[in-house]
Amino acid sequence: MSNAPIGFESTDHPVLAIEDLTVSFDGFKAVDKLNLYVQRNEVRVVIGPNGAGKTTVLDLICGKTQATSGSIRFNNHELTKMSEHAIVRVGVGRKFQTPSIYENLSVFENLEMSFPRGRKVFGALTFKRTADVVARVESVAAEIFLDQHLYTQADLLSHGQKQWLEIGMLLMQEPELLMLDEPVAGMSVSEREKTAQLLGRISQGRSVVVIEHDMDFVKSIAHKVTVLHQGKILAEGSMDKVQSDPKVIDVYLGH
Amino acid sequence: MMGLLILGVLLLVVFPLGLDIFRLNLVGKYLSYAFVAVGLVLCWGYGGILSLGQGVFFGVGGYCMAMFLKLEASDPISTKIQSTPGIPDFMDWNQITSLPAMWQPFHSFSFTVLAVLAVPTLLALIIGTAMFKRRVGDVYFSIVTQAIAAILSILIIGQQGLTGGVNGITDLKTLMGWDIRTDSAKVILYFVNAGLLFACILFGRYILTSKLGRLLMAMRDKEERVRFSGYDVASFKVFVFCVAAMFSAIGGAMFTLQVGFMSPSFVGIVPSIEMVIYAAVGGRMSLLGAVYGTLLVNFGKTYFSETFPELWLFLMGGLFIAVVMYFPNGLAGVYEKQGKKLMAKFSRKKAAPPEPAKPKAAAKTDPTDIHLDGANLEASK
Amino acid sequence: MVSLSEFFAIFAMQGFNGLSVFCVLLLMALGLAIIFGQMGVINMAHGEFLTIGAYITYLLSHLTTTYAPSLQPFYFFGAVVLSFIVAYGFGYLTELLLISRLYKRPLDTLLATWGLSLAMQQTFRSIFGAKEVSATLPDWLLGSFKPTENIDIPINGLFMMVLTLLLTGTIFILLFRSRWGLQVRATMQNRVMSGAVGINTRKVDRTTFALGCGVAGVAGAAFTTIGSTGPTSGSLYIVDTFLVVVFGGAQSLIGTIASAFSIAQTQSTAEFFLTGSMAKVLTLSAVILILMLRPQGLFSVRVRK
Repeated sequence: MSNAPIGFESTDHPVLAIEDLTVSFDGFKAVDKLNLYVQRNEVRVVIGPNGAGKTTVLDLICGKTQATSGSIRFNNHELTKMSEHAIVRVGVGRKFQTPSIYENLSVFENLEMSFPRGRKVFGALTFKRTADVVARVESVAAEIFLDQHLYTQADLLSHGQKQWLEIGMLLMQEPELLMLDEPVAGMSVSEREKTAQLLGRISQGRSVVVIEHDMDFVKSIAHKVTVLHQGKILAEGSMDKVQSDPKVIDVYLGH
Repeated sequence: MMGLLILGVLLLVVFPLGLDIFRLNLVGKYLSYAFVAVGLVLCWGYGGILSLGQGVFFGVGGYCMAMFLKLEASDPISTKIQSTPGIPDFMDWNQITSLPAMWQPFHSFSFTVLAVLAVPTLLALIIGTAMFKRRVGDVYFSIVTQAIAAILSILIIGQQGLTGGVNGITDLKTLMGWDIRTDSAKVILYFVNAGLLFACILFGRYILTSKLGRLLMAMRDKEERVRFSGYDVASFKVFVFCVAAMFSAIGGAMFTLQVGFMSPSFVGIVPSIEMVIYAAVGGRMSLLGAVYGTLLVNFGKTYFSETFPELWLFLMGGLFIAVVMYFPNGLAGVYEKQGKKLMAKFSRKKAAPPEPAKPKAAAKTDPTDIHLDGANLEASK
Repeated sequence: MVSLSEFFAIFAMQGFNGLSVFCVLLLMALGLAIIFGQMGVINMAHGEFLTIGAYITYLLSHLTTTYAPSLQPFYFFGAVVLSFIVAYGFGYLTELLLISRLYKRPLDTLLATWGLSLAMQQTFRSIFGAKEVSATLPDWLLGSFKPTENIDIPINGLFMMVLTLLLTGTIFILLFRSRWGLQVRATMQNRVMSGAVGINTRKVDRTTFALGCGVAGVAGAAFTTIGSTGPTSGSLYIVDTFLVVVFGGAQSLIGTIASAFSIAQTQSTAEFFLTGSMAKVLTLSAVILILMLRPQGLFSVRVRK
C-alpha cells in the first residue's frame, strides 16, 4: 500500500503538540526534551529499539505517567495538567500493549461500557440500554469483525480478537486522537492484513499514533514515521527516508 | 426474585408468628446489624472496598437517635432530682450544668432523622474522597478505616460528659410520646426494621443491576481500563462507600430504637470487623446472603456464648479462616454450587445447550438471588 | 506559660519516658515492615506474637523467682532469646499453614489473620487466665539515671534502647549484607525470576514471615517492662504499628524507624499537655491526615511500573 501522505496537510495547528517533554525516573531520563507534532488525520508510527521511550510517550499523553517538565497540547487542552479520565473525555483514546478488556463481560457489554454516556455516577445509575446504544454497539462490532460474537464472553476470544475488541472499545468513545501500542503483536498474517484495513478505515477523520515493530505493517499504514532512541527523536519522515537514514540503520539493526 | 420472597416470608411471617416477643426483639437486633452487612456487599463484594470501620457509621446513626430519645427522656419533670434538671443524667453526674450546643438540635425528630441519614454519608464522602482521589491502595484504606474506628471510639469514651462515655447512652423511654419499651412497640419496631431492610436491599439491587453495578465489577478487576474509558473511578467508589455508610447508619438508629441504648462498644475496631464476617459468611456477593449470614453468626454467638463461652472466640476465629480459605463466596456461593448440581441433575434430559440469551434491560445476573453465576462473579479479593 | 528551657526539659523527659514505648513500637513496626513491606502480607495477628513474647517473659520470671532465685537477675536475657525463638517458630507454622495458601490475596489474608488473632487471644485466655499478669523486673533494670537536675532517664528505657539498636542493626545486616537478605529482596522484587534462578521462594517467604514474628516476640519481652500482660495486650499496638509502617513507606526500613520515632514522640509530648486518650486521637488523626496528603508514605522510590 502506498505511504504517500494522503488526506492531511502540515499546518501551523497540529492536533497534538508535544514540546520539551521530559520525564525522569530517579534520575534516568526515559523521555528527554521531546518535540513531536501530529497533524489532523495523520497516521504517525513511532518506532525504535526497546527502551527507547515509546510506550512512555503514550503513557505521558494519556496521563498514566506524570511528566517532569514540558507540555503536551491537544487541541486547546494542556494534557499534562489533566487526570486520565478527563483526557479520555476530551477525545484521546489509548490502546494498551496487552489487551486490556473486561474478561468477565460479553463483547456487547465491553463495547457498551465505552459508550460515552452515563460516565458520571448518576448517569451510570440511570443509564438505559436504548436503541441508539444497541445500534452503535452493533455497528462498531461489525467494523472490528466481531459482529458474530456479540454475546461471547470476552475471555473466550482469541488474542487477535481481543486486540480488535479493545480497538472497538476505543472507537465507541469517538476519539479524535487514537493511540495504539503494538496493535498487531501476536497476530497471524491474515489478522495483520485485516487490522491494517481496519486502521485504514478508522483513521479517516482521526489522528492516529501507533507504536509498532512489524516493519511491513508500518509501511502499509504510516503517513510519517518517527524513530525514537533513548528518549529523543533520532529521525523523522517517510518510511523510505527513515529506513535509509544511516543513524537509524546504525542503532536499529533492522530492515 | 424467589430468594427475596423466601426471605420476606421468613422475616415477616415465620419469625413473628413463631417466636416470642423476647426472641423476636433479638432477631430485630440482629437484623439491624444486617444493614451493615448489606452495605458491605455493595462496597466490599462488588466495589472491592474493604472497610473495617463500618461501626463508625452504625454508631453515628445510633448515637443520633439515642440523643433524640435521651433528650425526650430527660424532661425537667422526670429529672427533677438532678442538680440540673432537664439534661441527661450522665451529664449531671459529670457536673455539667447546661445542655451542650451539639445536643440542642436533637430536640427535633425531623432533624434527628436527617442527621441519621446525612451525617454518616457526609463523613463517608469526606473520607472516601480523601482516600480514593489520592488513589490510596486497598490495604492502606482498610488500615485507615480501622484507625478511624479506633479514633472515634476513643473520642466517645473519653468525652464522658458529652457522650455518656464507656457506658453509652442508656435509659431510653419514649419516641415522641410512644413508649418503645412495651411489647407491642417492639413488634411494631421489628416490622419497621424489616421493612427498611428490604428497602435497602431493593435499592442495592437497583444499583447492582444498573450500569453502575457493572462498572463496580469492572473496576474491581481492571481499574485502569475503566479509568481509560473515561470514568472517574474515585467517584464511583465514593458513591458506593457512602451508600454503605448510610445503610449502616439506618441500622444503628433502628438498633437504638429496638434495644433502648447505644454505646461505644459498637463503634470500634472489633465490632466493625465482626460485621465484616457477617457479610463474608453469608456471601459477600449476595445481598440476601448478607442477611442470612448476619442471622446465623449472631444466633451462633448467642448460643455459644451462653453454653460454651470459651469456645466462641475460637469458633469465630476459625470462621474467619474457613470462610476466607474455603468458602470465599460464603453460604450463597455454597448454595449456588449445590443448587447448580441439583439443576444439572434435573435437566440431564435436555440434549441441546441453551442458546446465549440476548441481553434484556436488566443484566442477566440478579444479585438478590442467591443463585449467582460463580464463574462471572468470583470474589477475587 | 512554660519557658523554653522548661519546654525542652519536658520534651526531653517525655522523650525518654516514651523511650520504652518507642522501642516496643519500633520493634513491632520493624517486624511488620519485614512482613508487609517485603512480602505484602497483612498480619493482623502481629500483636499476638508480641503477647507470646510477653507471656514467655512472665513465665521465665515466675519460674526463676519460684524455683531458682539465684538465676532471677539473669532471666531477662534468656527471656529475650526464648521469646524470639518461640515467636519465630509459631510464625513459621502460621506461614506454612495459613499465609502461604492466601498468596496474592492481601485483603483475605487480613481477614484470615484477624481470625487467627481471635483464636490466639482465646488460647492465652484459656492458658493464663483473663487477668493481667506481670513479670518481676530484675533489680538492675529498675531505677533511673540522672545526667542533669531536670532530666531523669529510666534504666530499663536505656536497656530497651540498646536492645532495639542491636536488633535493628542485626536486621539491617541480615537484609542488606547477607545472602539470605539478598534472596528476600530478590523474591520481593521479582518472584518469578527469583524462582527461575533457583531461589526457593516458598522457603524465603516462610523464614521472612517467621523473622518478622520473632522480632515481635522480642517486642513482647520489652513490653513487660512497661506494662502488665493480658490476652489482649497485643491488640493495643496493632493499629499504631500498621500506621507506623504505612506512614514510613512500607518498603523502607529507614522510613519505618523515622516514622516510629516521630509517632512515639508526638504521642508522648502530646500526653503531657492533653489527656492520654486525646493525645492518642491527636496522633492518629495527624498520621491519617498526612497519609492522605502523601499516600505512599514518607520515604518511597519512584519507579516505572
